[in-house]
Formats: sequence, structure tokens, C-alpha cells
Amino acid sequence: MHIAVCMKQGPDSAQIRVHPVTNTIMRQGVPTIINPYDLFALEEALRLRDKFGGTVTVLTMGPPMAEDSLRKTLTFGADRAVLLTDRFFAGSDTLATSFALSAALEKIATEFGETPIVFTGKQTIDGDTAQVGPGIAKRLNLNQLTYVSRIVELDLPAGQITVERRAEGGVQLLSTKMPVLITMLEGTNEIRRGSLADAYRAASAKIVTWNAADAGIADLTKCGLRGSPTIVKKVFAPQARAEKAKILSIEGSYGEAATALMQEIFTRQPAVEADLMRFASGS
Amino acid sequence: MIEQKFDAIVVGAGASGNAAALTMAKLGLKVLQLERGEYPGSKNVQGAILYADALEKIIPDFRDDAPLERHVIEQRMWTMTESSHVGMHYRSDDFNEERPNRYTIVRAQFDKWFSRKVRDAGVTLLCETTVTELIRDARGRVIGVRTDRADGIAFADVVLLAEGVNGLVGQRSGLRPVVTPESVALAVKEMHFLPREVIDERFNLQGNEGVVIEAMGTITNGMTGTAFLYTNGESISVGIGCIVADFEGTGQTPYGLLESFKNHPSIKPLLAGSECKEYAAHLIPEGGYKAIPQLYGDGWLVVGDAGQFVNAVHREGSNLAMTTGRIAGETIAWLKTRRDPATAANLTEYQRRLEASFVMKDLKKYKNIPDFLHKRAGQVFGLYPRLITAAAQTWFRVDGKDKRAKEAEIFKSFRAGRSLFGLLGDAFKLARAWR
Amino acid sequence: MSESSRASTKQELPEHFKAYKHVWVAVEMEHGEVHPVSFELLGEGRKLADKRGVELAGVVMGDDDASIAAAAAACFEYGADAVYTVTDAVLTHYRNESYTRALTDLVNTYKPEILLLGATNLGRDLAGSVATTLKTGLTADCTELAIDEEGSLAATRPTFGGSLLCTIMTLNFRPQMATVRPRVLAMPARTPGRSGSILPCALGIAEEDIVTKVLDFIADRDSNKAQLAYADIVVAGGLGLRSAENFQLVKNLAEVLGAEYGGSRPLVQKGWITSDRQIGQTGKTIRPKLYIAAGISGAIQHRVGVEGADLIVAINTDPNAQIFQFAQLGIVADAVELLPKLTEAFASHLSVNRLAG
Repeated sequence: MHIAVCMKQGPDSAQIRVHPVTNTIMRQGVPTIINPYDLFALEEALRLRDKFGGTVTVLTMGPPMAEDSLRKTLTFGADRAVLLTDRFFAGSDTLATSFALSAALEKIATEFGETPIVFTGKQTIDGDTAQVGPGIAKRLNLNQLTYVSRIVELDLPAGQITVERRAEGGVQLLSTKMPVLITMLEGTNEIRRGSLADAYRAASAKIVTWNAADAGIADLTKCGLRGSPTIVKKVFAPQARAEKAKILSIEGSYGEAATALMQEIFTRQPAVEADLMRFASGS
Repeated sequence: MIEQKFDAIVVGAGASGNAAALTMAKLGLKVLQLERGEYPGSKNVQGAILYADALEKIIPDFRDDAPLERHVIEQRMWTMTESSHVGMHYRSDDFNEERPNRYTIVRAQFDKWFSRKVRDAGVTLLCETTVTELIRDARGRVIGVRTDRADGIAFADVVLLAEGVNGLVGQRSGLRPVVTPESVALAVKEMHFLPREVIDERFNLQGNEGVVIEAMGTITNGMTGTAFLYTNGESISVGIGCIVADFEGTGQTPYGLLESFKNHPSIKPLLAGSECKEYAAHLIPEGGYKAIPQLYGDGWLVVGDAGQFVNAVHREGSNLAMTTGRIAGETIAWLKTRRDPATAANLTEYQRRLEASFVMKDLKKYKNIPDFLHKRAGQVFGLYPRLITAAAQTWFRVDGKDKRAKEAEIFKSFRAGRSLFGLLGDAFKLARAWR
Repeated sequence: MSESSRASTKQELPEHFKAYKHVWVAVEMEHGEVHPVSFELLGEGRKLADKRGVELAGVVMGDDDASIAAAAAACFEYGADAVYTVTDAVLTHYRNESYTRALTDLVNTYKPEILLLGATNLGRDLAGSVATTLKTGLTADCTELAIDEEGSLAATRPTFGGSLLCTIMTLNFRPQMATVRPRVLAMPARTPGRSGSILPCALGIAEEDIVTKVLDFIADRDSNKAQLAYADIVVAGGLGLRSAENFQLVKNLAEVLGAEYGGSRPLVQKGWITSDRQIGQTGKTIRPKLYIAAGISGAIQHRVGVEGADLIVAINTDPNAQIFQFAQLGIVADAVELLPKLTEAFASHLSVNRLAG
């Protein structure tokens, strides 16, 4: 069974800082990491491979340095890594990204075997849109299963898959035919630690690298900035609130400060005090 | 396990580990490098100064693409008290040479670059892989390592311990005594961002020139330690550190010291308008020659901070790390060409080459300084800075007092502070320790 | 930066998109219940439609006449002028294929210029498919929606890990799509008795054509489930608490106040709290009367999740922490020390008054 996993690498958004003087984004020295949500997808793919046999191919679209993150997915035990990189992809929004990834996935199927399942993570920590997975599903005509919390059953000969999907207020039990695209919910598993042999193999593995032409993309107008219907009009810092915060200081003991703070809260929000009285009296 | 046997396994991807691995790879050896951090350099913290001479001997054309901040043209040595400092500055246009001698760097970027070179030379680097113990054969010879990954054994003809100041493997294997609080310092640093033009103007620099300030005095509140301020391209690195035993003794915190240092009237204006965006802490070996452990044995040897190779007087560590790494790598390659095994007997060559180099010569020279400082911390980091700065003020303040009287006042203050006997004793002991 | 040159891209709307008019909200309804986010979107949609001088319409899809009628009625009361309905047994449970088909058919037939959805699991599952089918632009998790001078939708959202905001536009494609998380927008006022026109539409896909089947739906048991979105008082902790054990102090205060508790994203990543208790842009957006943030630095990801609170109280040891820029009340203190004292203060105040009352 050949499974594809889409991975995105990016700066660790928790470490991105704005230059205090020029207000530009400081990316220097910020390590690129694998989108944490994608690791749940990767682990699920590896588990299926271990159970049913086969291989796992990881695909990422990014700049050349994305190779480091791809190589890391190999240390976890993935069998093959494909880097889709080309300057024509620069500036892609989610529509252009799903276009390029879909083309690469088709190429992966042709070269390395059909993929009854394509995994992606729930969303990325930098974009947070959760749009690329559904975009790929639509383009490749894959049955779409998002927010999957558990793969309940996989019947390979019949080509049928049953999953639990997190919906509002509950869990759906869905069954559909492969090929499917699955976005995994976070917290559903924990990415394994590769063995020393895995890590060693990963260190010297050859990463398959494709540009747009290699991936069979003929229409470059659908890539990059040109293929992106959304544009970023401006980037700006949030306004500081006009009314400044009233900052209390600790004059005496913490106990006194706590009481002062509580009083201040009641003064500003008498409704809160009333609610609390009601709550406390059990009504 | 890894089936392949390596010529060498290097434990650590810091300055010394990279130097050793790259040296051996270039000489045709098959090297496996194991780093416990997420990426090379993730566990490293340094001021940081890059000593070109040490790196040139490993990567002669490093200037082509290494991430370098500024090349140093001015050194300021400050003796500080609460409101003053007496400084000795040396600035020279000679340092604006084609191949500058020292640079300020940012370790995070530098280590990434250095590791790239190591891997391009053919070294296999595995990160997030911690070596937990050495593997020995029946005769006690080290033949490989065990790591924390599943089935995590790898074998090699020799293991280089480049695991840093607090390396656990060496300590656990009994090759090295546990690092004592007296022989290490805990230093903290911050990076403060300022536009390039502001730094240029504030420090009187142009082009890519840089300034280094090394400071000592009452800023460490009587503890043995130093502080620094380095100019990077668009930021300033500022830091301070003291012997760990001193921190434990006085209950002070490194961060508290750093805050005071940053607020010192001589320092504060240099940081004005900047924003601190990074904070890091690290241990620095300070024991000097007397703290150097056994450096080699059957199938193993030690490089870098793990060997306590730090010149505390000149604040040199990274160049000793790179040099010991290089020398170790060359020694191992030399043994290989002679088909000699890496036994303790054969590895004495490593010690011999170290002794012949500036590394051991400098460390031997200053071997008594740690003791000297320990016994005279109160004078060195308290009394003398006060006497010196007070003397300078007396001398430079024009207040109607005649110059002879001023001189007398100065001499009197020194004698009163330390007594003639004490002054001479200190001078004598310092001269002895210095030589 | 290439983005800035793109930023000056002029609107050159192709001719066939110029006929696209009106603002639509895809109403989220599961098992007969309308998700409140749809009403929040109608409130905002009303403002956008007024600015554009066009109509506001809701799209309600389901299987049951009664609940669809009720939903449509509610839409009118929240400001819609028209409601498109699709009633079909195939739409009993949400499935991507059927709902995508229904919505895209409607869009292609009636051509709205703006289409808004709630950024819930359903909304995100649906929005990406619809946008890709229509080959149009979609901006997710917006914190602000506006109409610019040229009449286009300006969608603002945090970017770069939350340090900055960016405004995104879909200049030359229609409809301009955007999703907004629940509680980011205020619930609008309801005008009882207001009505509008209903346009029933047929579904162009049959059950046999749909491959995915819903075998079952297992509703959540309510015990211990976080009800953060609608809580009146919320207490939250951040990395300033220093350890997972200290998070108990947050829970203690919450208990005395009868409040919900939560935390910032790093706490979820560290495993100190479960993800359903994450407060912030990618967690829950809350609009309580009182929000107490203990040891939270206040990065914008967190800020956008709590800005709608009536009173934000921040406890942090760092006087320069960002949270003090948008809190109304703050105290520079160690949360680990202050929280227990605060819990005591509230507990004794409430018990004294309970005895008195």
C-alpha cells in the first residue's frame, strides 16, 4: 500500500519576532520546523504502512532549505521524500498551492505507485487556513475526510475506509471509498522516534527534487502569485488600545494586593459582582 | 544498530566536534557525528567572537560564505565600579586587513553554516540523538557508543568526546571527574537589536567594523567573573558570568547581575533604544590547566570544552575548541595512515601535539590564575577597581589641588587600601601566576 | 518585497464577474440546530451589504422543512433580506460532497459577490472545497471584515505567528470568500417579526452519487466539556505559571468564581491542558464579562481570542508584556503567588456576603 503525506515546513511561528525598530519580520536564525499538525498525519500513515505493508512518501512544496525538514520525516521512518521546489511557486496562496501539490501527487502516483490515501495535517501554524487539504481533494477527485480522529477500519481489497470524524457536538462515523484525502486531528497519536538505523538511513538518503516541469505542470499561470486569487494588501502592527491599562502595583502583601485587585474588578464590572453573589448563594 | 563501522564517531556538533569531524572527513575518514540537540548549535551559546586563525586552518576560505557579523578593530578593556570605569582601548586600522583576525558572530547562524560544511565533506550527522554510554570490548577498549534511539548502537575505531562543558558521557564513563562548581562559570547573555547606522554612530564605526568590550570590576559584586559587550551587524550581544561556586555562595543570580550591568551608566547609553529579543545561558569552563582531565585512552579522546580548554584570562574558548578538534582529527588520520590502532599508547601523540601548540602553552602559562583569583577575589573584583577608578578621578578632576598633592593622595589611598605589603604581595603573585 | 508590489495590484474585475452581487452567509445547521456563528456572520454581513448597497442572504441546507423554516425565520430576524433553502434527505447529515454541490450550484446560479462561512470544522471542511471548485479566493479565520473604497471585501487576519495583522483581498475573482471563527464577531441584535423572501432550490445530486455514507453520529457527553465560548467569567493561565502543577491555581480560582478555565497555546503544546481549553485565535474566542489572564504574555494570537471581553485583567511579572497593551486592568506580580491570594479574597468576600444575605 502506497500512502502519500503532504507536509509543510515553516518558521517556528512561536519564535518569529518583529524587528523592534524597522517593524519587519525577523526570520534570521528562526529554525524551520515541520508543521506540528503534519506529524499526526505522518504517524497515522506510518502505522497503516506497518499494519498493511507498503511505503510512505512525504511531499512538501517549499524553498530548497525545506529539504532539512523533509529529511527529518525520513528519520521518523518515512520511506521516500519528494521536494517540490521552483521559483514559480513563490507567493502561492492556498489555491495555487493545492494546484501544485495536486500535480506532484499525480506524478508521485505515476512514478511510485497509486496512493489510495493522501494524508495532510489539520492546518498549518503559519497559515492556519486548513484549505490546502480540501483543495487537493477537490482537484484530484479524492473523497474528503477532515478532522479525522481515528481510522476505524480499512478494507483494502474492497477499497473501503471507515473513520471517526470530529463534528460539532459529537463524532461522525463515516464510511467511503478510496482514494481518499484525510486531514488528521491533532492529539490522535504521537509521532514515533525513529531508530538509529532510520536516522542513519535518513541522513544519507536522496531526496527526490522536482521543479514545476518535473512535476508535470504545464500551466505556470496557475502557480505562484499569478495563480493566487488572494493578495496581501498590507501588513501592519495591531493598534495599541487607546485607553491605557490601569496597572496596580504591590504595595504591601500579596494578600492586600489581591483584595485591591478584586475591589477594582467589582468597581469596573458591578455586573460581575452581582453574578458572583447569585452563584455563591446557589441560585 | 548501524551496520557500517566508522573510522571515528564524534559526540557533539559544536565548535570542537565540527572541527574534528571536518578535519577527518577531508583526510578521507568515514565519520559519524552524533548531536543531542535538535540541530547543530542548538545547545551552544557564546558571546561570540570568532578567531579567524583557528578557523582558517580548517576552512581556509571561510570568509567566502560564513555568516560573519563585524570584524573587530577595537578592543576595550574596562575596570568598572558603580559609577565609573577605567578603560584601556586599542583601536587600529591595521585590523582593517584583507583577512581580518577576529569577527563577532551569531552562533546560531554560524553553527548552521559550519555544520553544512561538515556534512558537505561527507560526514553523516544525526541530530536529536544522545549518546548515553561508551561501548567497550573485553579488554576495556572503547569500540563504539550507545545512543538513546531504538537499537541505537554504532561502532568505530575511535570515539571523540566533543560533548561540551557538562558532557555526561565522559563523566558517566568515569573518564572525567564530575565538573565542580569551582571550575565552571555560569554566564548569561542577551541580544539587543539596534539599526546598523545607530551602532556605527555610537561606536564610531564604518563599513563592517566592530568593537569588543571586556569588562570586570564591582559589576560582579565581589564574585569572580567578567562581562562583555560585542557589536554585531544589527544587534549588540551583552553578557556577564561568574564562577558557579560564587553564585552558590552569595545567592545572587546571573540575571540580576546582567540587569545591573545593563543599567550601569557606562553601558546603558550604549544599549539605549534597543530591544532585547533573545536570552541565553551557558556554562563556561574556568578551571584552566589544572582542571584538564585525562584527554585520551584506549579508543577515545576529548576535545573542546569537555577538556576544559578555555583560556580564562584572554576569554578564548572557541578557538581552543576548534584547534583541539583539528589536532585530534589530524592525529587520528595520521594513525590511520600508519595503520596504527587508536590505543592509549598511540594517542599520546594527541597530547604531544597539544603540548607543542599554543593551546597547552597558554593554558600552562596561566595555570595558577584561577587560584590567584579565587584567593584574591575581593581585591581583584572590588578593592582594586575602586582604587583605580578613584585614583583616575582624583587625577583628572581639576579642583585647585596641586598635582603633587594629588599624587600623594593616590599613593596613600592604595597603601591604606591594601598596605604596601599587600600591594607588593599581590603584584608578585600576579607576576608569578601570569608567567 | 514582492508582496508590496502585489499590494498595488489594481482591481481589474473580469466582465463576467461584474454581475456578481449581494452578500451571502452559508448558514451552518446540524441536526436542526443553527450554529450561533451564522447569526454573528449575518450581523456582520448586514453591515457589508449596507455599505455595498446590496442585499444580504442566508443559505440554509438540510433535510427537514420545519427546522429549515425556523432557521430561515431566524435569519430574517438577524438581518437577512432573502434566504435560499435546499431541502433534501441527502442533506440529513453534513457531508462534503452533498453540501459542496448544493452551495456551489447556488453560487453559480445566483452569483453572490461575497460568501461568508463560520470557521468551524464543518465550515472549514466546506469552504476549502467550495473555493477550489469555484477557483476563487478564500481568506480564513478573519478577525475583521470591511468594504474598501472600491467596493471590495477587505479581510483582516493575524499573520506571521500572530505578531502582525494582514489584510487580504480577492480582487479579481468572485465570490470573495471568507471564514470567521465563532465569537470573533458580536452577536447582532435580533428584530422579532422581521421577514424576507424565501427561495427554495433543488439539490442537483442524489444519494446514489454520493460515495461517503454517515454510519452513525455519537453525540458528546457533556460532563467536563469546556463551555468557554459562552462563559461569563474565564480564568486562564500561560507559561508564566512555570509548571503544569501550578495550573491548578487557575482551576482553583475558576471554581470559586464559577468560571470556565483555559490557557494559551503553548500550554496545549506542552500538554498542561487539553486543546479544547485553548484560548486564542486557533483555540476558542471568548467574550466573557470578566477575563483574568495569569502569566500570559499576550501575543496577538491570544489577543484576538479575548479582545471581545468586557474586562480583561492581566497578571504578569513583566511590565512590558504585550498583554498590558490591551488589558484594561493589570498588576505586575507573580501569578503563582497572587492567584491563591485572589482565590482567598473572592472566596471570603462571597462567603461573607452569602452569610449576610
